Amino acid sequence: MLDYNFEWSILWSQTYGPWLLKGIWTTIHLSLLAWVIGSMLGLMVALARLAPYRVVRFAGGAYVQVFRNIPLLVQMFFWYFAVPALLPREMGRWLNHEVPHLGYYCGVVCLGTYTASRVAEVIRSGFLAVPKGVTMAALATGLSPWNTYRHVTIPYALRISMPLLSNEILSCFKNSALTMTIGVMETTGMAGLIDSFTFHGLETTTAASLVYLAITLCVVAAFARVEKKMRIPGLMERSN
Amino acid sequence: MDWAVITDNMGYMLGGLGLTFQMTLIALSGGMFLGCFLAMGRLSSKKWVYYPASAYVHFFRSQPLILVIFWLYFLAPVFVGRPLGAFYSTMIAFVFFEASYFSEIIRGGIQSVPKGQVMAAQATGLGFFTIQRYVVLPQALGNMAPALITRAIVIFQDTSLAYVVGLREFLRRVNLVDTREVRSVELYCFAAVVYFVICTLGSLFADHLERKREASKA
Repeated sequence: MLDYNFEWSILWSQTYGPWLLKGIWTTIHLSLLAWVIGSMLGLMVALARLAPYRVVRFAGGAYVQVFRNIPLLVQMFFWYFAVPALLPREMGRWLNHEVPHLGYYCGVVCLGTYTASRVAEVIRSGFLAVPKGVTMAALATGLSPWNTYRHVTIPYALRISMPLLSNEILSCFKNSALTMTIGVMETTGMAGLIDSFTFHGLETTTAASLVYLAITLCVVAAFARVEKKMRIPGLMERSN
Repeated sequence: MDWAVITDNMGYMLGGLGLTFQMTLIALSGGMFLGCFLAMGRLSSKKWVYYPASAYVHFFRSQPLILVIFWLYFLAPVFVGRPLGAFYSTMIAFVFFEASYFSEIIRGGIQSVPKGQVMAAQATGLGFFTIQRYVVLPQALGNMAPALITRAIVIFQDTSLAYVVGLREFLRRVNLVDTREVRSVELYCFAAVVYFVICTLGSLFADHLERKREASKA
C-alpha cells in the first residue's frame, strides 16, 4: 500500500464543497434537458421507423444506425469542434466567442440526439409488442385510424416500454459525464478539476461515484412507482 | 474543405486503431472471465455469495465508465504501491466495469439452459464445476453469442473514453492531429466514418448469428 493522505474534509471545505454541489446540479439539469430532447425526438424517430412510407422508414433507420454506431465521444467532439466550423464564418465566430457555456449547449444537443436513437429502439419494440387484436378492436369500435393510433396504440406501446425506458434515462445520466471532455463542469468534470487544485482525486472521484449511485437509486425508486401506476392490468409484471 | 489532412496523417491515426483493438480484446476477455464468476455468484443460493456479487454488479452498472477510469487512475496506485501508468489502470477499470455487464449477459445465458439438463448431469454423478464446464456453459455460450457481440461493439466504442487519461488510441490521435492542423470537420468526420464502418460490420455479424439461431430453433 502506498502512503496516501486521505483528506475527506476537502469534500465539504468552503472552497470545494460548493464546487461539487454545482457539479451535481449541472449533471441533473443537463441530463434532464437532454432527456426531454431525447424522448420527444426518440418517439418521432420510432414512429418514422414504423411509418407506411418507405423513404420515412429508411430515414428513421438511418438515424438510429448512425447515432448508435459512432462513439458518443466522437459525437461530442463533432458538435463542439466541427459544427461551429461548418456554419457560415460569422455565425461560427459568434458561437465560439460570444456564446457563454457553448460546451453546455453542445452537450445537451449531443446527448439528446444520441439518447433519441436509443429511445427510438425501445419505443419501436414497444409498438411491435402491442397485440394486433387491440388495434383491430379499436378500429372495429369505429375509431378512425388516426384516433386509434393516438388513443390506443401509442399509449399502450409507451406503457409497455416503461421498464426499458427507465434504463435509458439512467444511461442518459451516466452519459452526461462525457460532457466533461468539452469543458462542462458536471460531477465528473468537477471531481477532476478539484483534483488538479488539491491532488486529492481519490476522495473527489469516490464522492462522484456515490453521487451517481444516489441518482440511480432515486431514479429506480421513482420509476418503480411510475411503473406500478402505468402497468397494464392483466399483463405480466416485470420479473426482476 | 481540405481532405489532404487525412491522407497526410493517415498512418499516424490508423496506428492508434492497434491500441484500440488491443484494449477491446483485453476488456472483452478480462471482463468475460471475471463476469463468469460474478454470474455464478448471482445464481448462487448461498446468501454470502449472492449479495456481494449482486452489490458489485449493481454498483458498477450505476457508474459512468469515464468516472470508473478516473477513479482507478487514482485508486490503483494506492493499492499497488507505485504509479501504474495510464494503460494498466485503464485496463483494470475496463475489466472491472465490463465484468458487471458481462455477468448479466452470462447469467441470462445460463438461465436459458433447461433445469432438467443440470439435474440429469447431477444424476450421472458429475460435480458442480464439471457440470458448468461441460454441460451448462457450452449451451449458454451459444445462446448469448449475439448479446456478447453487441457488447463487444459497445466496448470498442467505449475505448475512446481512455482519452481522458491521455492514452493514444485512435480518437486521441485524431484529436492530437486536430490540435495541430485545426481541421475539425474533416478529422472528426473521418473518425466517425472509421468507427461507423467497423461497428456496422460488427452489428451485421451479430444480426447474422441471431437469424441463424432463430432458424435452428424453428
